[in-house]
Amino acid sequence: MSFRLFELMLWAAGYTVVLSAISIAIGLIIGLLVCAAKLSSARALSLPATLFISFFRGVPLLVQLLLIYNLLPAVGIMVPSVVAAVVGLSLCTAAYQAENLRGGFNSVPRGLIEAADMVGLSPWQQLTRIRAPIALRLTLPALVNEAILILKASSLVSVVGVIELTRMAQNLAASTYKPLLFYAVAGGFYLVICWTVAGGGALAERLTKAGRA
Amino acid sequence: MTLDFGLMLDKMPEILSGLWVTLWMWVVSTILGAALGFLVATARRYGPAAVNWFLKLCVEILRGTPFLVQLFLLYFGGPFVGLRLEPVPAGLIGLTIYASAYFSEIFRAGFQAVPRGHVEAAECVGLSRTQILRRIIAPEMTMLVLPQCVNMAIILIKETAILSIITVPEMTMVIGAIGSQQYAFVDAMFLLAIFYWVLVEICGFLGRLAEARLSKFRFAVS
Repeated sequence: MSFRLFELMLWAAGYTVVLSAISIAIGLIIGLLVCAAKLSSARALSLPATLFISFFRGVPLLVQLLLIYNLLPAVGIMVPSVVAAVVGLSLCTAAYQAENLRGGFNSVPRGLIEAADMVGLSPWQQLTRIRAPIALRLTLPALVNEAILILKASSLVSVVGVIELTRMAQNLAASTYKPLLFYAVAGGFYLVICWTVAGGGALAERLTKAGRA
Repeated sequence: MTLDFGLMLDKMPEILSGLWVTLWMWVVSTILGAALGFLVATARRYGPAAVNWFLKLCVEILRGTPFLVQLFLLYFGGPFVGLRLEPVPAGLIGLTIYASAYFSEIFRAGFQAVPRGHVEAAECVGLSRTQILRRIIAPEMTMLVLPQCVNMAIILIKETAILSIITVPEMTMVIGAIGSQQYAFVDAMFLLAIFYWVLVEICGFLGRLAEARLSKFRFAVS
């Protein structure tokens, strides 16, 4: 493999990382909203949230991507395929992150909330100072896990024509007739990315004492 | 762009054959993957350190790369090392190996989670080694790993959709092709999504049922 081709693969790996990072960030925001809706006592909010989580966790990401990619133009929204890909990845990860966050909020020790009540914190202060920080710290390990899952799942957006790592490997494998080499290199890049994220996550967990209340 | 369900009805044999391919490939790869994963977990626990180290590396590589890339490597790269496979066997082998890596981690955690004291207590009251394995370790481990195994099985149903990319004639490929022929791809994808959704919900329901039935062992663990 010439240096020029390696450079192309490296660029595509960067594209995969950026694509996944954007999707995870958007997914976290949507996930927080869905989690809030799901934890709400109003059925008009919790029922749609339950359906959202069940649907996006119950349908293969490939089918979601094909659906969104073809649905957007059909309803008159013309966007580049990469936008459809980010929408699909974000919605899918939002469902998983909402469930993780729900677990985090439910594990905030009851005593802490009672103590906050005692010292006279308002419900909003309780949320922003006690419950949200603790819930986020509890869900950090799950978030790192989800980030790795999305990095790997982002390979599926190659199907809707986004030139990321997998698609680049596919193109180069076809044009050079060396599939073994290029898919192995792509796999190597994914490994390096995933292990880096896992290592960074472990470090962050140690520094913030995440995973504990 | 409404889907003509009359035409869809005409295509019923094709859809059913796609559903059948999805189901059997899912069941076979789940069972084979779990069996292989159990062997890997056992070899890592009771085998020599070198075997443990080598298998750990394999598992980490399989868990750190996308299934699609593994599948491409096997299906398109295979012929270059003399491994020429049809789509269905390639998909089955790929899915089984992929599943075995995750199952092996589930079983490894299961082995570690059986409390040492229970085995010691069983030895004290004079149970034989096979009795301990059959009456203590196996039931406790089953209870511990069952939820994760159900979860993995659900993940695998969804992974079977990826097999359509290497032209395995399963549900996604069949329904996608019908959708393209009838210029109603979006409707076809909706239908497909609902198919998978129902399948996953059924699997989750059966899993919870099995957990409830097996929960008589739970008090022994906690």
